[in-house]
Amino acid sequence: MQFLIDNFPLLRSAFLTTLSLAVASGLFALVLGTILAGMRVSPAPTLRGLATFYVEVFRNTPLTVVFFFLFFGIVEIDLQFPSRFIAAVAALGLYTAAFVAEALRSGINAVPTGQAEAARAIGLDFGQSLRTVVLPQAFRTVVPPLGNVWIALAKNTSIAAGFAVTDLTAALQRLANVNADQILMVFFAIVLGYLVITLPSAWAFRAIETRVAIVR
Amino acid sequence: MTSRPNGEPLVRLSGVNKWFGDLHVLQDIDLSIDRGEVVVVIGPSGSGKSTLCRTINRLEGVDKGEITIDGERLPEEGKALARLRADVGMVFQSFNLFAHKTILENVTLGPVKVRRKARADAERRARELLDRVGISAQADKYPAQLSGGQQQRVAIARALAMDPKVMLFDEPTSALDPEMINEVLEVMTSLARDGMTMVVVTHEMGFARRAANRVVFMDGGRVVETATPEDFFTRPESERAKDFLSKILNH
Repeated sequence: MQFLIDNFPLLRSAFLTTLSLAVASGLFALVLGTILAGMRVSPAPTLRGLATFYVEVFRNTPLTVVFFFLFFGIVEIDLQFPSRFIAAVAALGLYTAAFVAEALRSGINAVPTGQAEAARAIGLDFGQSLRTVVLPQAFRTVVPPLGNVWIALAKNTSIAAGFAVTDLTAALQRLANVNADQILMVFFAIVLGYLVITLPSAWAFRAIETRVAIVR
Repeated sequence: MTSRPNGEPLVRLSGVNKWFGDLHVLQDIDLSIDRGEVVVVIGPSGSGKSTLCRTINRLEGVDKGEITIDGERLPEEGKALARLRADVGMVFQSFNLFAHKTILENVTLGPVKVRRKARADAERRARELLDRVGISAQADKYPAQLSGGQQQRVAIARALAMDPKVMLFDEPTSALDPEMINEVLEVMTSLARDGMTMVVVTHEMGFARRAANRVVFMDGGRVVETATPEDFFTRPESERAKDFLSKILNH
């Protein structure tokens, strides 16, 4: 217990870093993923092609490689992120957006075609029918898969530890080095940190799922 | 509602052809529909009558030929097409009410988003229309809480809320339990009586006799015969129409 109290400042800031990495990149991925899903179902072949290309590239590239590219690769073309934290958010967000887009696309496909036809029949254009009729129904059916994407993202933030961002996993490495005799305690503290993020999210997603369910 | 001289037909299809792959579903269709006219399209399943109905607001594109509404050629895609669709009401076989919106929201969505009406005005008008189709008590429910007949009457109110120039009905009673068919047909009959221009694809011969100005009989992707209901049901000219009528009227 004394160990936890002694290292509380480090643990707290590491926890907050992990949490903000997850939240910031999660929001970024949600917005970008929604745009990509919209592009993938759009009537314009160019938009569809671009979105498909994006999804295939990021879904099939290891996250660590994406990190490497954004931290070191882009230096070659004279680009650099203002901070390591922002670079990590970009890597996590760009990567996760591909998964959000795929989850949403399956949700869009699950909305009966008659819904979009009825929307077009009353004069809504493609964007309007997507926004007001199709996506609201698609989001409801993809709450469980989006929950999975979010939990995977929360854990994927640990890759940032390898790129000098002091998150929970980085704190684990640091504390384990200097407290070899208390290694189980270190693990306990770090795992607890992740669980504090992921478990309530799982409950929240389940609650959202029951609240937004639509009767057909 | 009218902006052009009465000589011009409201809907005109000329030389319309459409293929689904190798299947020639619409073959050289010529059809004009005047203002206030009620045209009932009948024919065996697979005759292309639903497809014909769906080409009029371009839910199905055509491969050849031209369709004009109120003198204006159907645009290809995009905003112009959306604007034109707003003037063409459509009622589907499977109702297609927006499942995540209340009955009232279903009826106000188009007026608010497309016509840019104030919400309060749109709601007042929606309640009038729901009252007209006998659903006013259900305004705050969701579609799944209503019977099929009620949902279809809401779908009619939703289309009417756009003040359409013409209403398309694509087999509006085919998905309904028998005891609910009449409540929908009554609403349609009263619409016809009020002078709405209507294209109705249906198997309801009683409705055709009662409300149609003209019956269009389709078979194999062609318009085989066009006649008044009286003529069509008592002395059909084509063999195919005679055959069709003998099959459906003898039980």
